Amino acid sequence: MADTQYDALVIGGGHQGLVHAAYLAKGGLRPLVLEQRSFIGGAAITEPLHPGFSFTTFSYGLSLLRNEVIQELELVKHGFMPLFMPTTFAPMDNGDYLYMTADHELNLKEIARHSVRDADAYERYNHDFSRVQQLVKPIFDRRPPNFWSDRADDKDEIAWLLGHLGSADKKVIHDAVRLITGSAADFLDDYFESDIIKAHLAGSGIIGTKVGPMSQGSGLVMLYMGMGEHDGDMGSWSFHKGGNGGLTQVMARAAQSFGAEIRYGAVVDHVIVENGRAVGVMLHDGVELRADTVVSSLDPRHTFLDLVDPRELPSDLVEDVRRFRFQGTASKVNFALDGAPKYPALGDRTDMYRGFVSIGPSIEYLERAFDAAKYGWYSEKPYLDACFQSFIDPDMAPPGKHVLSCFTMYTPYELRGSHWDTERENLGDTVQRRLEEVFPGFSDLVLHREVVTPLDIERTTGLSEGNIYAGEFLLPQMWAFRPAPGYSDYRTPLEGYYQCGSGTHPGGCVIGSPGRFASQAVLADRAER
Amino acid sequence: MVLTTPLHPRLVELNESQLWQHWAGYLSADRYDLSARQEYTVLRNAAGWFDTSPLHKYSIRGRDAERFLSGVFARDIRTCRPGRAQYTIWCDDRGHVLEDGVVFRHSSDEFLLTSAQPNAGYLSSLVGKLDVEVLDVSTQWASLALQGPKSREILATLAPEVLDLAFFALTPAKVEGVPVTISRTGFTGDLGFELVIPADSALVVLDAIIAAGKPYGMAPFGNVALNMARIEAGLPLYGPEFTSARYAFTDHDRFTPQELGMGWLVKNLDDDSRPFIGRRALQREAAEGSARWATVGIVVDWRAYHETYESNGLVPPKDSEPVGWETMLYDDEAERAGYATSYMYSPMMQAHIGIARVRPELASLGTTVHVETSVNHRYVNIPARVSALPFFKPERKVS
Repeated sequence: MADTQYDALVIGGGHQGLVHAAYLAKGGLRPLVLEQRSFIGGAAITEPLHPGFSFTTFSYGLSLLRNEVIQELELVKHGFMPLFMPTTFAPMDNGDYLYMTADHELNLKEIARHSVRDADAYERYNHDFSRVQQLVKPIFDRRPPNFWSDRADDKDEIAWLLGHLGSADKKVIHDAVRLITGSAADFLDDYFESDIIKAHLAGSGIIGTKVGPMSQGSGLVMLYMGMGEHDGDMGSWSFHKGGNGGLTQVMARAAQSFGAEIRYGAVVDHVIVENGRAVGVMLHDGVELRADTVVSSLDPRHTFLDLVDPRELPSDLVEDVRRFRFQGTASKVNFALDGAPKYPALGDRTDMYRGFVSIGPSIEYLERAFDAAKYGWYSEKPYLDACFQSFIDPDMAPPGKHVLSCFTMYTPYELRGSHWDTERENLGDTVQRRLEEVFPGFSDLVLHREVVTPLDIERTTGLSEGNIYAGEFLLPQMWAFRPAPGYSDYRTPLEGYYQCGSGTHPGGCVIGSPGRFASQAVLADRAER
Repeated sequence: MVLTTPLHPRLVELNESQLWQHWAGYLSADRYDLSARQEYTVLRNAAGWFDTSPLHKYSIRGRDAERFLSGVFARDIRTCRPGRAQYTIWCDDRGHVLEDGVVFRHSSDEFLLTSAQPNAGYLSSLVGKLDVEVLDVSTQWASLALQGPKSREILATLAPEVLDLAFFALTPAKVEGVPVTISRTGFTGDLGFELVIPADSALVVLDAIIAAGKPYGMAPFGNVALNMARIEAGLPLYGPEFTSARYAFTDHDRFTPQELGMGWLVKNLDDDSRPFIGRRALQREAAEGSARWATVGIVVDWRAYHETYESNGLVPPKDSEPVGWETMLYDDEAERAGYATSYMYSPMMQAHIGIARVRPELASLGTTVHVETSVNHRYVNIPARVSALPFFKPERKVS
């Protein structure tokens, strides 16, 4: 039985699918979101995996979500509530630490404790970095031009881009190129001498990507991670009320308020293509749904190689997507804790747990953690981007108890000579051992532990090779090349078939832009017809 | 020498920022944490407490106490039963507001009034032949506000009475053996309570509350976070929104309840024959529609705000600390529309918001007004729309 009551079928109920459906509904269409699981959120979910404790199983922080999405979808009305994180804390192996707070000038004193020269270097660095963010932001927040198209709007975009770059300051352009093509370590070396400060900043250059801080390309990741904003603070991160699962609930309510519908347990087998045009989807259970518009929020591999027959597509696109790199290297180890851990140098204090706790005290530490990944193994001493989320949102755990989310680098998807089903708990032990070193007595607090490897990410969310960004942050896979040159405008070579996932610009992270840009393409095409 | 409240020993210990202001002669924390936005976040997401002890407190008692107050207050005190509290205002004979406060009715002839300014002389001067006694009891009591979504859960561990305490109701209770009065009141627009505590036992009660709140992430908050919260709640503050008409030099600084958005307090005057100060003037204003201003919310257009700064090469600033001055507003023809008395970036609303006074014909929701600010040292106007007050109104506040 064919069901034709919807204008658009959106495959995947992660944040991009929800944002996209909300925009389509706001634009007057009747979209249906098809979610394979029994709840929405995709990789942005919060689950009660231990009684009374909420775990952000995968995605765990918020920064990049665009103002446009927050405002245009009226998310505040539906419960949008980013909780400010006033601290970042970086323990050191010698028992010391770098503790950054919301007091800027106090932070300069804290930096000076490690290097007096680095205090004013930090001011220069922040200013230079902000100016690059300012240059990049308008490019980031526009759909990339298709350099190989004859469309007038692409020509206009290229003209705008040349004008924008042409009016930029020489130093800003040069800094941008150094960040986009170079390594985080090189860029930071120009400013700082203290290891802990460099490592503290370089951490965001390796998040979720198979690069070390000394690898070219880590500067790009560091820049990307700085493109968010909260309440006027560029590059700052927050924790959404109830985790990013709380955020996707907000997005679902917004989408539904505009008229979007969500169907759960709807596993899409393939997109139905007739005469080179997408006309609907076939579900695993044999149900056929028909609509003029079909939109995939899945990653490029699923979008072009699984959901449709690659033989229907141009061979350059198929080749590009086949070599598109996923190679997930990040894991999550989540803990339910009986109480707050102690950091010996700070006694009973817990105020430093109200933001990210970054365990990776030097560039060399981070680079050595990366070394293992190059040869198919996980770090013996991993980089941990940890967060005691219940200190920020007490509802994440019972009163007095805590949850700890540990984003863990590096844990390559493909292990040499083993398999994640064998190594999963060994990784958990490795992370827990590291935490025990930093917070003596940590293991005694552990009530429950959940290890989420790249394989688990892939199995549960469908993200290929467990890549958290739906495709690596590598320059040849960004912007107008995401997911492939000539195919970055959210359309596909199949009429009526669109892509709105994080494998399109400026995807990766909880950002919403791909869903938004794709809706503009869908609505513009329908208006033209 | 500046005064300190009965809770001061704990305030000093907890005030990491060591930032204070003087409030009614007392030291009062601007913020405890290094960040006021953090205190505000905790208040909105968990719970916070605030030392309100510097408020003036008056005991008003006697056989004629109700009759007395019904003639002083513009809001009808007779509708406030024993065991209830009431927000109220008092006016001069031209219907201009002198002050506001909260009155707690303990029994038929026993009231406690809290106010921002000293009022003993004024109140006493109105007693005449009535059987009423007005006593300044400010130093006998400490007072403490416990506010936020977790406030009830926390306080219930010490005083289960609060579990079914209705909005603006009050109850006697004991905390650590200390007799206190707990009311379901506050200045944050959220679920919350206020405690009036004998001054000499105040620390015992505060320490019990701090211990009870620790597992819930409760933290103290200072004047900056309180100011943010009350602007979101659309609550007027003596100072930014109005000052006493008695001390104004011109009518530019005198306002009627209607003009301050408090018309709801005196809206059924025809139903009661109660004489009170300012009654005839307020009735005349209502009949003639002569109010000069309407009080509204304004929400700045986020896109125009961003574009204004970005096109000038700047990162759009979003300062959640309320500005300490009036912000001018213009209509579409660049004529004066009014002014915002309170203005801030609200993290909860994700927008710049303000409490504003506009010409009555501009008060309908959605009307565009233009907010004057300066960018690169030049005045610019950024569009905003008129919105309803309060901005923030969670169901839990009254449920």
